[in-house]
Amino acid sequence: MTVLLTADELVDARGLSCPMPIVKTATLVRTLASGKVIEVLATDPGSVKDFEAWSRSTGNELIESTQEESVYRFLIRKI
Amino acid sequence: MTTALLERPITPTAQPQPAIELEAKAATKQLVIINWSGDLDKVWPVLILSSTAAASGLAVKVFITYWGLLPFVKEDRRIVGHNWMQKMLAFMQRPGISHVKLTKMNFFGMGPWMMGKLAKQNNVASPRELLDAALALGVEFVPCQMTMDMFGLTRDDMIEGLGEPAGAATAIEMMTNAQSSLFI
Repeated sequence: MTVLLTADELVDARGLSCPMPIVKTATLVRTLASGKVIEVLATDPGSVKDFEAWSRSTGNELIESTQEESVYRFLIRKI
Repeated sequence: MTTALLERPITPTAQPQPAIELEAKAATKQLVIINWSGDLDKVWPVLILSSTAAASGLAVKVFITYWGLLPFVKEDRRIVGHNWMQKMLAFMQRPGISHVKLTKMNFFGMGPWMMGKLAKQNNVASPRELLDAALALGVEFVPCQMTMDMFGLTRDDMIEGLGEPAGAATAIEMMTNAQSSLFI
């Protein structure tokens, strides 16, 4: 059975270059309670590797990393 | 553990630190950057790395010294300093984050102007935006007292949100305590 995850917050970082998708996401994540889910949209191809690294550094869970055409979508759960 | 160690008398001063405190220290990694340059192509990576490190949960300290102080002077300060030599220096290198020059291909301001244009075309955050992000994420900028005095800079000339000015010994302590330290 698949449970559809709905994000609590959205970070639209489309069009932004490194390091702003991470900086914007981290700034928002700080204000949220543990367990909240954040959806991030980005167009910077480097953000795929960067969100993996950021998730390892901070411990926040990268639930999903997908791509639709030129838009990268990340689902993150705050620890 | 050796018997020699076991036989040593335990003195109250040798009490270990509480475990919780030690854990908290180990949990937060530290990055220290020495920002020596006031050039655009050096200040930019300093701001990118420091804001990203803070975003990644590291405790970040940036020691700002020498030419590296000038980008952290308030934008409205045109000429700083008390004597003619300090004023002359400020005239030759205008302080403020928006007036940084390039180490090469400066061409009397053409280089930085083109760099800014290219950055905007590629949606790269400006040094100004990155500085605001770094401050918001808790990056601690520590100005060097000695070079502030040399340039005739007062605490009031510097932007808001900087740490207390300090000296070389503080910079050394910061660097040796951190997991990683960079001189840019």
